[in-house]
Amino acid sequence: MSDKQTKARRFPMRLDIKNGKVDMAHGSGGRAMAQLIEEIFLKHLDNELLNQGNDQAMFNTSAGRMVMSTDGHVISPIFFPGGNIGSLAVHGTVNDVCMSGAKPLYLSASFIIEEGYPLADLNSIVESMAAAAKKAGVAVVTGDTKVVEKGKGDGVFITTTGIGVVPDGVNISGDKAAVGDAILVSGTMGDHGVAIMSSREGLEFETEIQSDSAALNGLVAAMVEAVPDIHCLRDPTRGGLATTLNEIALQSQVGMQLIEKQIPVQPDVTAACELLGLDTLYVANEGKLICICAPDDADKLLEVMQQHAHGKDAAIIGYVIEDEHGFVQMETTFGGSRIVDWLAGEQLPRIC
Amino acid sequence: MKYVDEFRDGDVAKRLGASIRRAADTDRSYNLMEFCGGHTHAIFRYGVQDLMPENVKFVHGPGCPVCVLPIGRIDNAIALAEEHGAMLCTYGDMMRVPASGRKSLLKTKAAGADVRMVYSTQDALKLARENPHKEVIFFAIGFETTTPPTAVAIKQAQAEGLKNFSIFCNHVLTPAAIQHILQSPEVREMGAVSIDGFFGPSHVSSVIGSEPYEFFAEEFQKPVVIAGFEPLDVMQSALMLINQLNEGRHEVENEYTRVVTREGNLKAQALVAEVFELRREFEWRGLGMVPYSALSIKDAFSEFDAEVKFNVPKIVAYDVKGCECPSILRGVKKPTDCKLFGTVCTPENPMGSCMVSSEGACAAYWSYGRFRQPTADGNNKANQGSNA
Repeated sequence: MSDKQTKARRFPMRLDIKNGKVDMAHGSGGRAMAQLIEEIFLKHLDNELLNQGNDQAMFNTSAGRMVMSTDGHVISPIFFPGGNIGSLAVHGTVNDVCMSGAKPLYLSASFIIEEGYPLADLNSIVESMAAAAKKAGVAVVTGDTKVVEKGKGDGVFITTTGIGVVPDGVNISGDKAAVGDAILVSGTMGDHGVAIMSSREGLEFETEIQSDSAALNGLVAAMVEAVPDIHCLRDPTRGGLATTLNEIALQSQVGMQLIEKQIPVQPDVTAACELLGLDTLYVANEGKLICICAPDDADKLLEVMQQHAHGKDAAIIGYVIEDEHGFVQMETTFGGSRIVDWLAGEQLPRIC
Repeated sequence: MKYVDEFRDGDVAKRLGASIRRAADTDRSYNLMEFCGGHTHAIFRYGVQDLMPENVKFVHGPGCPVCVLPIGRIDNAIALAEEHGAMLCTYGDMMRVPASGRKSLLKTKAAGADVRMVYSTQDALKLARENPHKEVIFFAIGFETTTPPTAVAIKQAQAEGLKNFSIFCNHVLTPAAIQHILQSPEVREMGAVSIDGFFGPSHVSSVIGSEPYEFFAEEFQKPVVIAGFEPLDVMQSALMLINQLNEGRHEVENEYTRVVTREGNLKAQALVAEVFELRREFEWRGLGMVPYSALSIKDAFSEFDAEVKFNVPKIVAYDVKGCECPSILRGVKKPTDCKLFGTVCTPENPMGSCMVSSEGACAAYWSYGRFRQPTADGNNKANQGSNA
């Protein structure tokens, strides 16, 4: 009996992906859930481990160090310029894994879906998730689906967990920034936050800014290969560049000196931030990284980054200084200096 | 970015800094009060003080609408959301301002009240149209700049016959506050505050014009220069103030000619006059009761006045013990003179209103200038992490 015939027997009516909606039965653990998984999740995420249909994925591991990271995604709106929650859920976790220098291998995905959510949208989300995973060279090998009553969620929330292996000789950590180190970024700051803001209900404004949401494992692999002794890597997501640098300064017990005019920002992003009263340094990114390395390695790394599609606008934006207070300071384009503090309060909720 | 970068040019700033250095008489000091929080923010964000000679000092004024709102009015707003079950719409800055009993609008929202953050009066109107069975109240704050949009919303609501929309009006007036500062005993008699001249507000003046400042420039013999909000505007205006002081003049000059005229925006003024009237007095945080310093909604529009509709009581509330916001707002003390600054009062956990808004002097000191300001306990506050 062919595969097609098996499916036909189990689910005589195919899911109405065009007009159907998720209902409570889709989270019941029964036949409806099995059909949802088969006709949406397995169809797109298709890989050997997932297709085994077990409650867990079993695989061999290599000897050595592994990393594991998890990330919940609650972004609003679910579809935004440059991606959707599905692609974002892959990029977010792949990036968290690879900021250790690791090669990400496998992901898990847990969906919490609100009753009444259109199957067509869910299908698009899973499709994007599959495409993003394929592009990043990782597989979603296990997952979970829950449905909550209408009004108890907001469309779809996705939690992904990823694991990866760290190459020998690579020791990247937020507490390794040393006085004199160079601070690099892989590209323009604030694109994701402004793209989300531009599509928020009640705040729509015309801009062509797309989210920078992307998996950075390819870029990181190239960087680690060129300079295994990178000190810190981190993706400046919520809280933006400013908050991420403060985290590293605190972890490493150092200060930082930034040069504002060297920080790459797209003119449209500057304009939107000007209009909305936001500071670009605090606006989220989903496809950028901060790299801190020994001063002698900076030029080499910059060159490697600029040759990669996700690092073509990379720049050296400052250096690590000694400061018992752990402040991040900045020489402004205006010629004065200011402190670049932690983000206080919430600049923009549900950005990722 | 065009029309913005030109006003933030570092080379021009350097030249202007040199001119100010040449103009400033080293035998005296120049204490210049920027009334507006917008100027305070620009000074700190761009590090303008670094380009000034030591004897030219910025004194931060009370021009932050969030900071000057007395606690009792925030208690009123919380009660409107809690007790009347209304949907309370407000600007984001107001959400975290501490009210009595360790409450805030943010905490009220978390506890289940319907508090919405909006970007304009139009957002609030839209919510009222979409929720006809719910009372929607807009918590209106701000100086003359934000008053015309509130007037427009009231007129629109009237034209549409919206029955579930009202305004909790807290609009205040700039010239009355400046005059009050100049008349205060600290400035007049005790000499505790030395203010030699004023940066006039930029956006406020685009509405009211430069004329309203002429009276007190003459009466109190203090020069006023209407200044734009960009850092070069601030520097150019500082130079103009220094020149006036050197020449013994006390006039109203306008640096922000690209926007401000002597008459201001007559259309906006007419609209405001149609909908609002002067309150006999209004409480300002820091300044106390200031006569004729705020607006209320005229009787003809009272159905849109939340104070009338919900019989809002007058609440007298007190600042947290030790909080120096009142003195800071008058320019009598600096944020770093406050014992709470950076110890228990930080932007994450504000005790006073000046620590909340990015236009508040304390928040500006903390976020942008902390590294060179020793606090009351003699130390700079180290990077304490986001949950400090």
